[in-house]
Amino acid sequence: MDLTFTPAEEEFRAEARAWLEANVPVGLPSGDTLEGFALHLEWEKKLFEARWAVVSWPTEYGGRGASLWEWLIFEEEYYRAGGPQRVTQNGIFLLAPTLFEFGTDEQKAHFLPRMAAAEDLWCQGWSEPDAGSDLAGIKSRAARDDERGGWVINGQKTWTTRGAFCNWLFGLFRTDPDAARHSGMTYLMVPLDAPGVTVRGVERLDGDEGFAEVFFDDVFVGDDLVLGGVNEGWGVAMATTSSERGLTLRSPGRFCAAADRLIDLYRRQASTGDHPERIAAVRDDVAQSWMEAEAYRLATLADVTGLVNGVGQGARSSLTKIFWSELDVRLHETALRLCGPSAELVDEAPAAVDGGAWMKGFEFSLSGPIYAGTNEIQRNVVAERVLGLPRK
Amino acid sequence: MHFAFTEDQLLFRDAVAELFAKECTPDKVRWAWEDEVGRDPSTWAALAEMGVIGLTVPEVHGGLGMDFVDLLPILTEAGRVAYPAPLLETVAVVAPLLAEAAPSAVAERWLPGIADGSVIATVALDGQPFVVDAHIADLVIVQRDDSLYAVPGASVRRVAQASVDGARRLFTIDVDLSGGDVELIASGEDGWNSANRAFDRGAAATAAVLIGLAEQMIAMTVAYVVDRKQFGVPIGSFQAVKHHLADAELAVTFARPTVWNAGYAIAHDVATMPREVSMGKCFASDAAEVAARKALQTHGAIGYTTEHDLHFWMKRAWSLSNSYGDAAWHRRRVAQLLLDA
Repeated sequence: MDLTFTPAEEEFRAEARAWLEANVPVGLPSGDTLEGFALHLEWEKKLFEARWAVVSWPTEYGGRGASLWEWLIFEEEYYRAGGPQRVTQNGIFLLAPTLFEFGTDEQKAHFLPRMAAAEDLWCQGWSEPDAGSDLAGIKSRAARDDERGGWVINGQKTWTTRGAFCNWLFGLFRTDPDAARHSGMTYLMVPLDAPGVTVRGVERLDGDEGFAEVFFDDVFVGDDLVLGGVNEGWGVAMATTSSERGLTLRSPGRFCAAADRLIDLYRRQASTGDHPERIAAVRDDVAQSWMEAEAYRLATLADVTGLVNGVGQGARSSLTKIFWSELDVRLHETALRLCGPSAELVDEAPAAVDGGAWMKGFEFSLSGPIYAGTNEIQRNVVAERVLGLPRK
Repeated sequence: MHFAFTEDQLLFRDAVAELFAKECTPDKVRWAWEDEVGRDPSTWAALAEMGVIGLTVPEVHGGLGMDFVDLLPILTEAGRVAYPAPLLETVAVVAPLLAEAAPSAVAERWLPGIADGSVIATVALDGQPFVVDAHIADLVIVQRDDSLYAVPGASVRRVAQASVDGARRLFTIDVDLSGGDVELIASGEDGWNSANRAFDRGAAATAAVLIGLAEQMIAMTVAYVVDRKQFGVPIGSFQAVKHHLADAELAVTFARPTVWNAGYAIAHDVATMPREVSMGKCFASDAAEVAARKALQTHGAIGYTTEHDLHFWMKRAWSLSNSYGDAAWHRRRVAQLLLDA
């Protein structure tokens, strides 16, 4: 057991820290608003030009060929420096691992560098009005068009994060309506500027416009946009959803940085001398939130040790998803109690604490136990596939 | 970075687990509840033979001279079988304390006996008023403010204090520290430091035992809900039951690495060691309590009897979750270290 990084890894950390401290933008508006999204794109392009956008990818696609350990270090430094959530995350963290695993050489060469450079912005197309937790119940169809060499899509996707701003969507479509539930689906990449696509923005709980419904009316996609085999989309999609639950989307750096900000908030609120009994009542919860972020970091170090030695997480990634999403909610609840009567102030109200960022963060955290497979579904997965309880 | 045990550590653990599976069956735990002394010298001797009892004793005194990380998986196995003997006190607390703080004559007098299994040791630290297994101890380490003493077990007057865990033997003790057979280990600043480190070792070791207890309660409950049928199906197929067990597994999964980290901090004298230990004990206490609660609820009425074995583990978990600082105490210590710095 060795909990230290090598000198080379520490050098990598120092280089990342120096660049991030000099370049991370301060006070960007939410990337889930139209105005904010444009500013985030500028930041993403800057990251790409300095080759910090996708550190773990091979250099030919714009990365640095960094190890998993270096990727974790970069993420830690990124959030410590106050870097914003990545608007490119659905592409670089969710689609990219699937492309690396299932994509053709042509698909990889075309899509990966454009994704890393934030030239293509990707959203996910999983949920439909009648298929949420029961993802295999999707009905959107892609019908064969031999003449044109591709597929004609009809149907609707919904709850598509940043769908209103993205130009590409990846997701599952039913290509063999007669096949069994988990068969007959194909993983397609769809340009959202194709004729027949309609995107309607939906305002989220926190007021941002980033959510969307996407409608498909006779939308044509060529065979070159099929990822993995025709009718084999379920297996391809499962690879993506386990990335989302596991390491890649929610590296511990983000929660450790949030926990450090919570401690800073505690100190500031305590130093005002107002409501000392309220501050005292929340004190242990501040420690608990910090410890939970730290536990998540330590669990990730153990998981990555397994990964670099060839032992994957498998269904245990469901435990990871439950833990980070629920710790994020508790952390923000604690922060709001530290804010007291100011907790409800938002949108840079003059008396708001930190401009109302904690309420906004709280609202966002509440999506965590719902997206990427609800935590109820994850608990079923843990019981059935980790502990071996019967499905029926 | 390598946050896992080595092949050698896991092989040693497996060998110890095999011994425990033979020597410390649930029937043996039940016997420990019922027997007046409740301690089986042959299991202790077998553990000593394997090197487990002398694991932390320096090689010069006949032990294996291994560190706290090596010890963690063994303690977890002891928890898994609810082993009722002062393994934690002897191996995790007393031996390292003597090795690091005692004058050489005192170390020479006691450590070889610990290593060969002939000396059973326990400890009475400030704030830990109930001494484990004083009835069989050959050596009791006693803290009195800034001083630590080595006291022969025969020189200790004791009053039994019944624990909810009937296999556990607790005592309040009374010692005449001016007695001729009492030896000073350390005093002053050295005494405080040694006592504090002894407490932290006890807390981290207890956390490792709690992980084993929690894992075993989950395993027993999984076996039960797969087997037990109601409404014509295994109760493990019901979502409410699945979610109870998933919650227990969640708690243990994220407690485990914090306990390893606590042991690592002790073994490598990490500057933030007290905080790392408190974090591990806090998560382990909470996880064992969650596992006990979910296990009982999921077993239903049969779990609410002493005819079923579950209560051995559950009651040990209740005992140890409050021993060497409960979750709330350790959480508050982390708060002090983080927020008052």
